[in-house]
Amino acid sequence: MTDALEPKTFRVTRADLVRYAGASGDFNPIHWSERVATGVGLPGVIAHGMFTMALVGRAVTEWAGAPDAVVEFSVRFSRPVPVPDTDEGTEVVVSATVKEVTDEGHTRLSLTATCNGDKVLSLAQALISKR
Amino acid sequence: MWGMPLDQSFVGRSWPPTEPYLVGREKIREFARAIGATDAAYHDPAAARALGYPDVVAPPTFPVAITMAASRQVIADPALGLDYTRVVHGDQRFAYTRPVVAGDALVCVNSVDEIISRGGHEFITTRTEVTTEAGEPVVTVWSKLVQRGEEH
Repeated sequence: MTDALEPKTFRVTRADLVRYAGASGDFNPIHWSERVATGVGLPGVIAHGMFTMALVGRAVTEWAGAPDAVVEFSVRFSRPVPVPDTDEGTEVVVSATVKEVTDEGHTRLSLTATCNGDKVLSLAQALISKR
Repeated sequence: MWGMPLDQSFVGRSWPPTEPYLVGREKIREFARAIGATDAAYHDPAAARALGYPDVVAPPTFPVAITMAASRQVIADPALGLDYTRVVHGDQRFAYTRPVVAGDALVCVNSVDEIISRGGHEFITTRTEVTTEAGEPVVTVWSKLVQRGEEH
């Protein structure tokens, strides 16, 4: 593993948010209703924070090369991910650097997720086990 | 007008275990499809068995599908005073003993680690210990929710 991992880009559309709402059980209307989202002062419909975290989790497991490698995983949601009602939606870019290898042989990744160049997470990290 | 402070007496409290949540193979597949996760172990029991699991394994953030509903026991209690219409998700953390696997019957024990007031906002951190019915630890999930003060 090199110090900086190859960034991964994920496209996010309104359809993805609807599908995630159903799969996760999180039906908060700010994730599907423009009217409700703007009514509470948001720029428009935003992605579920946990959807963004799930995409970061995909990146982490893909970098780890194993679906069950994640030992710890934490993020702070610092900025919303607005998802316009277009076919293209928006993009979330996930990147990581290796921070340390622990005494147990786990690898700690420092994670970054951006949307339109803005960081949407802070204090994001994952600890992955070696297989 | 500022939101009312949350009830500090919730800090350190624990709630009775929730009814077991039976993790279905199709639910894991549905969740994996919804996040675009294609690893065979999320979809194909044979691929999961090859990794040593009895059935398909869940992606890392799947436990929120269980704990978000379970934590309503705490955050929807009117005595806490949380105005859910002004809540945003602050932090999220998972510490895994093992992945969630289809066939698990999982019990959640909720507690409140912290309640803080700062700058007109209220912060509450819930901790959910997710175990099997036999008490085997699976994952611990922390969620920090932020109740925003009125715009100013």
